[in-house]
Amino acid sequence: MGMKQLSFRHSKEAQLADSINEATKKQAEELSKLSEEELFSFAEFKESEVERTGFSDYSYWGSTLRAFRKNKAAVFLVFVLIAILLFTFIQPLLPGQYDPNTINVNPETGMQYRNVPPGKQFWLGTNSIGQDLWARIWAGTRTSLFIGMSVALAEALIGITVGVLWGYVRALDFIFTEIYNILDNIPNTIILILISYILKPSVTTLIFAMCLTGWIQMARFIRNQILIIRDRDYNTASRCFGTPTWRIVIKNLLPYLVSVIMLRIALTIPGAIGSEVFITYIGLGLPLDIPSLGNLINEGRSLMMSESLRYQLVYPTIILSIVTISFYIIGNAFSDAADPKNHV
Amino acid sequence: MAKYLIKRIARSVLTLAIILTIVFILLRQMPIEGYFQNFDKLTEVQIQVGLEEMGLTDPMPVQVFNFFKNLLKGDLGVSRIYRANVPVTEVLKDKIPVSIKLGSAAMAVSLLLGLPMGILMANFKGKFFDKMGTVFIIFIQAVPAAVYYLFIQLYGTKLLGTSLLFNQNDFKAWILPVLSMSLGNIAYYGMWIRRYMVDESTKDYVRLAQAKGLPKRKIMFRHVFRNAFVPLAQYIPTAFLNTVIGSIYIESLYSIPGMGGLLVQVIQKSDNTMVQGIVLLYACVGVIGLLLGDILMVVLDPRISFGKKAGGR
Repeated sequence: MGMKQLSFRHSKEAQLADSINEATKKQAEELSKLSEEELFSFAEFKESEVERTGFSDYSYWGSTLRAFRKNKAAVFLVFVLIAILLFTFIQPLLPGQYDPNTINVNPETGMQYRNVPPGKQFWLGTNSIGQDLWARIWAGTRTSLFIGMSVALAEALIGITVGVLWGYVRALDFIFTEIYNILDNIPNTIILILISYILKPSVTTLIFAMCLTGWIQMARFIRNQILIIRDRDYNTASRCFGTPTWRIVIKNLLPYLVSVIMLRIALTIPGAIGSEVFITYIGLGLPLDIPSLGNLINEGRSLMMSESLRYQLVYPTIILSIVTISFYIIGNAFSDAADPKNHV
Repeated sequence: MAKYLIKRIARSVLTLAIILTIVFILLRQMPIEGYFQNFDKLTEVQIQVGLEEMGLTDPMPVQVFNFFKNLLKGDLGVSRIYRANVPVTEVLKDKIPVSIKLGSAAMAVSLLLGLPMGILMANFKGKFFDKMGTVFIIFIQAVPAAVYYLFIQLYGTKLLGTSLLFNQNDFKAWILPVLSMSLGNIAYYGMWIRRYMVDESTKDYVRLAQAKGLPKRKIMFRHVFRNAFVPLAQYIPTAFLNTVIGSIYIESLYSIPGMGGLLVQVIQKSDNTMVQGIVLLYACVGVIGLLLGDILMVVLDPRISFGKKAGGR
């Protein structure tokens, strides 16, 4: 039985070798017909050739996108978010809009339009000094999204840079680890409160104070991952070939971390928007002439016990909840999709 | 283990010293108005004399040294604006017990509700209860606490027929603040326990128990849940910090006479010494909370301690 198998294998091998030889001969003939220029062009992907050449058209981002598209709810929320983001910029350009900071005065009576309920003239009503709530909500959403995205981007940039250095450069490991051990012990909110208290309230102050704490978690995570994969065989091989370090980091290491980096970015944005609401409540937030979801909600809060004025709290809350829940769900869906384990 | 504990505690003390120094120096950058009650009415000379009396014109290293010297004596300075010339420690003395009561109640409630929720969700995985629980967790984690706290206050007070303001002696008045503060941690524990139990349910020891014919409930409680408890300790510091932070907002919202509400008040009045005192206290609470969490984990995990005792198998 052993013999039979062996001979079968031999004949099978011979058969395969023959067919491959034949194919290469045929190919060589075909190739010789080609001009010099065509000969040195990139081969294109052909579905029929996959089995023979072992060349796959697997692309990381293609598969990620395909996996993400399967999550219908997340795709829908991406469109919702894009629509909201675009509309915050389009809204002031539309005809018949009020300025978010203008105090509107009734021309007949000369009185301010105070606490006008939602209606034809003011779509979402006015606040207690006669400013248009519709315009303020969109301006506020713009501010809050700007703060959230700036914080997330800055955190990611600083976190990735420090994390790569921390993980890749052995000499730095000790120093960074000690710094981390100290910083990690301070409650983030305390730093946030302290910095906002010392500096003057402004968008930059808030972004600075929020960035001051978040990057260290990101850096720590990146460092741990890089320690795990930096000495895998394929990276050693790259180093032996003389690949520059930055290329190893960008091509070999970072793609591994995309899913988690994206998740962190997506979760930082709602977190930052929430922190802004909190800081405003404490009384360290933005001045009223820079509308933000934080000071809109805080304004609405002071009136919330009066049922007829509650709309001033409810409308900003609705838009804030849509934005934060969307980011949360998209972030989780994307990180699932970006995980190569979930690729077919 | 003793070596680890000493190292860990030493690090906490060092960290605390560094934090206190940084906070002290940072708060010295504040405008000097926050040190006088009637700043506008004072003349230039009076201000100068006042600053010198408080030792604020000394070189920074001397100020830091004096600060630590006083701190060791339990002296956090004197409030200037919130309650003129009353020592900060005196002001804080009445406030701290209230905060501790509130915080412990919230921690207890979150464990009592969060753990059963997670266990039930894992038990009914994919069923109605699991789905509802997931929606709850997403909502709590995605919507900023600063927002849902407001709506709990708004509709909760109506529902319970309690007043907006806190009354320490009325049990009903405790319900909403404690519940609000624990919601974040309930979601946290629930999510974590569910994920752990679902992951664990395919492990070999669970299969063995199933093969032995143990009822599902017994496997879950006797085996899986016991294993889940050790890593759970790791989450307690985070949960603790969440509670501390939540207390700043909740106490102020319900006018609870605790530290958090006080912090908001003194920030709005820019009373520098009071802000410094409370921020330092919160920093201590944070550092000690994380320390306790780490110690708890070492103490709870039999694999760490017994492994060492057996001479490192």
